[in-house]
Amino acid sequence: MIISVASGKGGTGKTTVSTNLAASLDMPLKLLDCDVEEPNAHLFLKPDLSEPEPVFTFVPQIDKERCSGCGACVDICRFNALTLIAGKVLIFPELCHSCKGCLEVCPEQAVAEGHRQLGTTAAGRRGTIIFRHGCLRVGEAMSPPLINLLRKGVEPDELVIIDAPPGTSCPAIASMKNSDFVLLVTEPTPFGLHDLKLAHEAVKLLGIPCGLVINRADIGDGEVKRYAHDESLPILLEIPFARRIAEIYSRGQMLVDEDPQWRQVFITLFSDITEMVSAPKVSQ
Amino acid sequence: MKELVIISGKGGTGKTSLSGAFAALAENHVICDADVDAADLHLLLKPTIRQRVDFLGGGQAIVRKEACSGCGRCLELCQFDAISDTFDVDPISCEGCGVCYSLCPEKAIDFPAQKCGEWFSSDTRFGPMVHARLGIAEENSGKLVSLIRREARKLAEHNRREMIITDGPPGIGCPVIASISGATAVVIIVEPSVSGLHDMLRVAELITHFTIPGLVCINKWDLNPDVTATIEKESQARGLRVVGSIPFDPIVTRAMVAGRTMVEHDEKSSFVKNIKEIWQTIMASDALMNRPENVILPVLNR
Repeated sequence: MIISVASGKGGTGKTTVSTNLAASLDMPLKLLDCDVEEPNAHLFLKPDLSEPEPVFTFVPQIDKERCSGCGACVDICRFNALTLIAGKVLIFPELCHSCKGCLEVCPEQAVAEGHRQLGTTAAGRRGTIIFRHGCLRVGEAMSPPLINLLRKGVEPDELVIIDAPPGTSCPAIASMKNSDFVLLVTEPTPFGLHDLKLAHEAVKLLGIPCGLVINRADIGDGEVKRYAHDESLPILLEIPFARRIAEIYSRGQMLVDEDPQWRQVFITLFSDITEMVSAPKVSQ
Repeated sequence: MKELVIISGKGGTGKTSLSGAFAALAENHVICDADVDAADLHLLLKPTIRQRVDFLGGGQAIVRKEACSGCGRCLELCQFDAISDTFDVDPISCEGCGVCYSLCPEKAIDFPAQKCGEWFSSDTRFGPMVHARLGIAEENSGKLVSLIRREARKLAEHNRREMIITDGPPGIGCPVIASISGATAVVIIVEPSVSGLHDMLRVAELITHFTIPGLVCINKWDLNPDVTATIEKESQARGLRVVGSIPFDPIVTRAMVAGRTMVEHDEKSSFVKNIKEIWQTIMASDALMNRPENVILPVLNR
C-alpha cells in the first residue's frame, strides 16, 4: 500500500504527518521524501543516512567530426535545447528533457549520450523504517525525473509513505500518482482552503481515494470543515494549534517522541486509512 | 525598473501574507503573483479582472487508432512510459516532446497544443496586478511564470510604474528559477525552524548561483530564538542582509480570514509599525536600490 501525504499549500504539515505516521507504526515500511527541492523529513526522522549518490539524466553530446550541421536534431527538439549557429549545433543542457529525439534522428550518428546531474539520493534506516530521499541539485529546474527515480523499486505488497512536494503541478503529480491513498494536509485558513480545493481536484483527477488532516485546527475559520463536509472528504485527524507543538517542530523533533500519546493518534489514523483502502469500491 | 521577488524555499513561511503587505505599502508599482501552481495573493487583493488570456503549453500526443498499424515504434521511442500496450497515451505522463508524433511511420499520432491554464491582467486597490492559474496537473509552470513576469513588466512600462512586486513559489525548481532570473533582488522569508533554516540555505545557494542579491526577513522569530540567531549568523556569512524580524501574531490569520492585508487590518498596532519599518529597510537597501538596471529577460524554462 502506498500512502502519499500531499497538500496544495506549502508549510501545512506534510512532513510532520508523514514522519510521525511512519515513526508510530511498529512495522517494516518505506518512507520516501519526494519533496526533492526542499527535502526535510530526514531532519526529523534522523536516519543513519548513507553518502549521497549522484543521479544523472541524458543530455545530448555532439561529435563535431561527424556532425554535418543538417539541423535534424534542432528540428525535433521541442524544448529549445539545441540550436544551429553558423552550421554548428549548440547545446543548452539545462533545457533538455531527455526525450532522446536528437539521438534518434541524427543521420550521421553524431549525437552521443552525455549527462547532466539532477541531484543526489541517499538512504538510511530508523528502526523498522527504510528511508530514502532525493535532493535536487541547486540550479537544476526539473524535479520529476528525480522523483520518478525515488519511486522506482517499490514492491506492490510493501507499505510506503510518500512525503510529497506542495502544489498540483508535475512534481506533486509525479509523487502522488499510483498511490493507493492520498492524505491531504491543510490548515483552516482562506489560503489553506483555496489550495486544498486545487489539491483535491488533482487527487480526483488521478482517481485516488483521499482523506483530510487539518493542522492548526483551531486557527482561521470553519470553511475548510464546511468544504470537507460538502465534498464528503473525510476528516481523519485534527491537530490543534499549540505553541508547544510549533516549538517541538522548530527544534526538529517529532511529536511521537516528545509526547507518546501522539503515537496512538497516528496508529488510529493508519487503521482508518487501511480500512478506507480495503473497503469495496462504491461504483459511481 | 526594479523587480523585487519574495521567495522562501520552504512553503508556508508567510510569502503571500508579506507580499500582500508590501503591495499595500509600496507606491507606483505593479503586483505579480508568480506562484501559478497555488496562487493565493488574489484572496487578499481581490483583483477585478480586466483581461483573461488562455495559456497554451506544449503539445500532447494522441494516437489516431484508425491510422495506427500497431508497429510499436512509439512505445519504443517514448522515454516517459506514457504510451500503453493498447496505444493509449496517458496525458499525465506525456512530456510533450513530440518524438512519437515526428517519427510514427504511419503519421498516426496527432500533437495538438494544450490549454494549460489562464493568466489575468487585473486592477486592485493597490494598483495593477498580473496573475495566473495553471491547470491542475499541468506542466509548463516555468513558462507561465516567465510569461506573466514579462506581462507585468510590460504593464509597468506602459503605466510608467517603477517597481514590480512578485510573490514567488516555494521550492528551488523550475517555477522558482523562472521567478527570480533577471530580478533586481529577492527577499527570502524564513521561519526559525530546522527545516526553515535548511530550506533557506538551499534557496540562498540558488540566488548566489544566479547572482541575484538577497535580503532575509525572519517570520515568527520568537517561536525559536536560538534558530533565529543561527539564521542571522548564516545570513551574515552569505552577505544577505536581515531586514527585520516579525513575531508570531494571530493578526496575520485574522487579516487573511477578513480578506485584507495585515497592514490594513490593525493599522495602529506595533506589529504593523514593524512591518512598515521592514518595508522601508527593503526599499532603502543596497540590494534593491544600488543595483544597475537589469535588462535580462526571464529565461524561458519549464
